[in-house]
Amino acid sequence: MTAALGPTVFGIDPLYVGGAGLAEVLITLLKVGVAFAVLLVAVMLMIWFERKLISDMQNRIGPNLAGPFGIFQTLADGIKLFFKEDLIPEQSDRLVFKLAPYLSLVPAFLVFAVVPVGGDFSGGNGRVSLFGHETFLQVSDPPVGILLVLAMSSVAVYGVMLAGWSSGSKYPLLASVRASAQMVSYEAALGLSLAAVLLKSGSLSTNQIVAEQSVWNWNLWVTWVVPMVIFLIAATAELNRPPFDLVEAEQELVGGFHTEYSSIRFALFFLAEFMNTITMSAIIVTLFLGGPNGPDFTTVGWLSGLLWFFIKLMLFLFAFVWLRATLPRFRYDQLMDLGWKLLIPLSLGWLLVLASYDVAGDRGWNRAAAVIVMLAIMAALAGLLALALRAARQRRELDPQGGFA
Amino acid sequence: METAVFIVCAAIVLAGALGVVLARNPVHAALSLVGTLFGMAVLFLNLEAHFLAAVQIIVYAGAIVVLFLFVIMLLGVDRLEDLSVEPITGQRTLAILAGVGTFVLAVAFLLGSGIGPSDPGPKILTLDITDQSTYSNLRQIADFLFTDYVYAFEATAALLTISVVGAVVMSRRMACSDEAQESAGDD
Repeated sequence: MTAALGPTVFGIDPLYVGGAGLAEVLITLLKVGVAFAVLLVAVMLMIWFERKLISDMQNRIGPNLAGPFGIFQTLADGIKLFFKEDLIPEQSDRLVFKLAPYLSLVPAFLVFAVVPVGGDFSGGNGRVSLFGHETFLQVSDPPVGILLVLAMSSVAVYGVMLAGWSSGSKYPLLASVRASAQMVSYEAALGLSLAAVLLKSGSLSTNQIVAEQSVWNWNLWVTWVVPMVIFLIAATAELNRPPFDLVEAEQELVGGFHTEYSSIRFALFFLAEFMNTITMSAIIVTLFLGGPNGPDFTTVGWLSGLLWFFIKLMLFLFAFVWLRATLPRFRYDQLMDLGWKLLIPLSLGWLLVLASYDVAGDRGWNRAAAVIVMLAIMAALAGLLALALRAARQRRELDPQGGFA
Repeated sequence: METAVFIVCAAIVLAGALGVVLARNPVHAALSLVGTLFGMAVLFLNLEAHFLAAVQIIVYAGAIVVLFLFVIMLLGVDRLEDLSVEPITGQRTLAILAGVGTFVLAVAFLLGSGIGPSDPGPKILTLDITDQSTYSNLRQIADFLFTDYVYAFEATAALLTISVVGAVVMSRRMACSDEAQESAGDD
């Protein structure tokens, strides 16, 4: 029974080819357990890393008391939060108030399941041998792999939205309305820039996407850089990280959607936030930087993939902290302008340009000519869009109420 | 195994559907709808329709119900509704009639098609897991959408775009004319 269901529902993994017996189930459970534990420890280290790096950039020392270099500070904070009093506001919707932190946390965990963290992709198709069984170094490789990421980031909106609403207080409500609008808006840009990768890879499975990119032939170059830039910006907005952290604009909203939360529930929101940062960086590495691909410089085959993945991941984690230390927060109208009027049209146009290049290749046309014609069409459309935006702005200046009096 | 998954999911779907109708708080009703949608997504997975399951969550749970909640929060209608008053006269009788009618049609279709436990009917989207080229039935869906059903697909896309543009135009116009009336009458 499990054999019939396993491979198709949970994805194609060489582990299940011969049916799922006890050993296969145990290996799967082991992978789940390791992914869970690694993610938790990674969050702990990420918070420490972020605090240390930011204090370096601001000429401070940062956490330095708990453990060597203050590395256990997060652990201490976590324990402290766990033992604090759990307050539930009188006006709150109790059930939803208790549910919301988990709606933030669970999607954060689930996204990591489709990330291939290692494996030999230089001919081995990402397979590694685990206790004598061939398998992938990822918890699951469903046929719709990367769509799971989009699905989970859309589910994560509920956590923020319901947390704000159920608090029964006005600042969290404002923050959550703001946040959900932001996350829904940038999901469109995220999905469209992702489409460029899918167009070139021809598969939704994360394992296949990584396998398509060889040692240096990353999707970053294959899709001509722009989709990755869009994806990175949209991901930052999706993560509610600076400079798009309007969700927790302290000056305007007291604390944001989690103002009324305390104790372990508050900690769960922060756990989810940092976990999302790590998983989203992992997704960018998988999609655009070839995941565990890289020149093999170790004698142990599987170690090289893990190391490359870790190095690439650290690059993005550093970049996220760097952005936080450097950039001031966007204004809300700027945020919406950037998302709707720049990123979405740009990613859509870029997708069409890439598609024209492929179609020209298939039909035997001149590829350069096809791309130039397509770029000309896109430039004309961009001009029209700019014209429409200017007309709208002029009308708004004439009538500041914008018709919505 | 498939039957067990079906029974659990069907229970979730039905419980969610009842929640949508019976919950007094609009936000709770919307959340019950999300439960129903998730149950449906797992049912799709059970039928090996992975893409439909993912899209079900991304589009319905991720966009549409979020917009419902958004409107509920922005308009501040998230208080308990008085269910004893019928907003439109005869609405409930008509709703019950329509519900029963749809149910009868569905049962009639099932009985007429001869699909049952003994004959599960033809599989439209088959998935051969040993063949890497049909690794995902997404390809088959794409083939259908962009060859046999391309006009229907494009027409649906046009319809959605037109409705979005129409909604924007109507909301702007009405607000403008309201304002004109207000400035003419009240001020």
